[in-house]
Amino acid sequence: MEHQQTCSSVDIAEADEKLEKVKHAIEQFKLMKGALIPVLHEVQDIYGFLPEPVLQVVSEELNLPLSEIYGVASFYHFFSLTPKGEHVIHVCMGTACYIKGAQAVLDRLSTELKVPVQGTTEDNKFTLEATRCLGACGLAPVMTIGEKVHGRLVPNAVPKIINEYK
Amino acid sequence: MKLLTDLDAIRTLTQSRLDNRRITGASGESITFRSVMVCGGTGCTSSDSNTIIAALEQEISSHGIESQVEVVRTGCFGLCELGPVVIVYPEGIFYSRVEVKDIPALVEQHLLNGKPYDKKIYEKTRHGEEILSFEETDFYKKQVRIALRNCGTIDPEVIDEYIASDGYKALAQVLTTMSREQVIDTVKQSGLRGRGGGGFLTGLKWEFAAKQNKQQKYVICNADEGDPGAFMDRSILEGNPHSVIEAMAIAGYAIGANQGFIYVRAEYPIAVQRFTKALDQAREYGLLGDDIFGTGFTFNIDVRLGAGAFVCGEETALIHSIEGHRGMPTPKPPFPAVEGLWGMPTIINNVETLANIAQIILNGAEWYASIGTEKSKGTKVFALGGKVVNTGLVEVPMGITLREVIFEIGGGIPGGKKFKAVQTGGPSGGCLTEEHLDCTIDFDTLTSLGSMMGSGGMIIMDEDTCMVDVARFYLDFTRDESCGKCTPCRIGTKRLLEMLDKITDGKGTMEDLENLEQLSLQIKNASLCALGQTAPNPVLSTIKYFRDEYMAHITDSKCPAGVCKSLISYEIDAELCRGCSLCARKCPSDAISGKVKEPYVIDKATCIKCGVCFDVCKFKAVAIV
Repeated sequence: MEHQQTCSSVDIAEADEKLEKVKHAIEQFKLMKGALIPVLHEVQDIYGFLPEPVLQVVSEELNLPLSEIYGVASFYHFFSLTPKGEHVIHVCMGTACYIKGAQAVLDRLSTELKVPVQGTTEDNKFTLEATRCLGACGLAPVMTIGEKVHGRLVPNAVPKIINEYK
Repeated sequence: MKLLTDLDAIRTLTQSRLDNRRITGASGESITFRSVMVCGGTGCTSSDSNTIIAALEQEISSHGIESQVEVVRTGCFGLCELGPVVIVYPEGIFYSRVEVKDIPALVEQHLLNGKPYDKKIYEKTRHGEEILSFEETDFYKKQVRIALRNCGTIDPEVIDEYIASDGYKALAQVLTTMSREQVIDTVKQSGLRGRGGGGFLTGLKWEFAAKQNKQQKYVICNADEGDPGAFMDRSILEGNPHSVIEAMAIAGYAIGANQGFIYVRAEYPIAVQRFTKALDQAREYGLLGDDIFGTGFTFNIDVRLGAGAFVCGEETALIHSIEGHRGMPTPKPPFPAVEGLWGMPTIINNVETLANIAQIILNGAEWYASIGTEKSKGTKVFALGGKVVNTGLVEVPMGITLREVIFEIGGGIPGGKKFKAVQTGGPSGGCLTEEHLDCTIDFDTLTSLGSMMGSGGMIIMDEDTCMVDVARFYLDFTRDESCGKCTPCRIGTKRLLEMLDKITDGKGTMEDLENLEQLSLQIKNASLCALGQTAPNPVLSTIKYFRDEYMAHITDSKCPAGVCKSLISYEIDAELCRGCSLCARKCPSDAISGKVKEPYVIDKATCIKCGVCFDVCKFKAVAIV
């Protein structure tokens, strides 16, 4: 019980800290024309996605209706309205990677992780995403897990790579 | 604030550093100083070039030879396929796929004892016993580097090195000796056309904006490189960011703007970081800000991050995105040069276009116009990718043939496979065939063949690529990226994709083929912006040049390239199968059965065609039929 309490107070402190960061970012951009998208980038940087309660704060601070913010956030692929798993896997589906067999790598990941593309595994460990060109065409087919780039992939390499993150 | 004399002083001071990074023909022990250039582009950074730099520095310091060697992290050398790439001057030795474990031997043999480290020397530079410099290889011989100038020879994070390489000289010349009209005339006469895909004359665009009588005008650099499979702009921002800053300031002077924006993809973290750093340095030197060179000219640049929308490459959509809205295009006219960002006259130039500007000012319009063809002047950077030996970045003069780029510079098709098609222009372009290989690369020829120059993606396809599937791939992309504003594009691309799905699924009819063509033409004619107007190009060009493949899918239910899953099945060749049971163990749908040491069999009814058996079989016993 006592342990739980500590955890929750840590959580609250962390939540406060994040919200402070958001408010600081808003302050920084507030007077700038076209502030919304830079603010959304900051929020996503801080939380990993765009949580609705935080967007409400953005709405109040920037004096923009939430509907407009939702319109912008949902328009751009880069922004996510749902939380991601611990490790986000981006499989490059740019043309160079596609021609070199990225689909087979993506399919294999989907089979191995038992999760559809754009989905998150039940244990919240992995989110599998197909993404636009990562720009490492020389290493095609390519995927990134977090910051780490894995290149020159073949489907058979998938299980071993995933195991490194389990 | 730096004055012209300060820049000259920096040049004198830094010049010797750049002089060391030249091939001199010297070799062995006569060399007293070496420059080790390590590629720090995204491709090589992905394969750990940063760790290699750290290892090099540590090893060099442990031998105590810091005064005889410099290690420089540069922009992209172009040959991404061989990354991480390391080049050592003055010999011009090219090392490929260097690993951290190579570093001690490389340092000891080459940097300490003057003998190239044999193990990682790029194969194509071997000429009998002799080792050629990288410039003598087929990959580099035919290239002309104007936009990619400095990529690979300077440290992009050190402004002094850019200045020493004639950097900010063009800006100084423009501000102190040229009128606005003279600048615009020079750019017009050079014949430079927009490198983002449109091919509009850059000088003319500037002239339109210059003529507008408004207090506030804007310069935007479009770095929202959207073509999946192209990375020219990213490499310029990573390897030579100051060239873009300098050009934006020149453009600002020419049209009468004091504010610039660069709209760059958030997915390019290294490019964003290097460009931001370059901006800080330029501000610190007074090359941006108020009263540049004491001439009274003021210019600032801000960074805006894109958020992953292909349509934002379209000028009006990009403007709306900077304004903080959904990136949806609006009809033209009014053109941005008249009414752009926040209603003010705005020019939007692509990164590569801008990277040419300073060189045009310094060397003159005639010099630039002497390169290329009658209507397409200068050079073009291409990102070579797909089924080609030398994947990477190349800059070639306009008017070179596709064959020269693919087979001479690109090294042809790997694995002895047969060339099938080359795709230029990304999702807006088309596929060309073997019969077009001797056609020249210029704006008008590519368009007349049903493809387009585009921004510079060049994807090579071999016999294992299904052209119907390629068309489906691009339509899947454009359908996803359609902003949804106009009906022909929003619904049209979806219907096209459905028909292509049907055909690749083996359920297509001749009527579908006819409808594909008809609807494609309707979408081209009726869409609001270039995204919709060009989205059907991959369909039309593949139907035009690869109609037989569509027919095979429709009438014979066959995918000749063996790609479309519904039209293929997997079988185990009983003679090749050793009965190792690996495929059966790996099969996710338990479709493979048999006894150990006897041939296994795939049950086609249960098989989900995932291809795992094909991948895992060590005896090549699983075949696609």
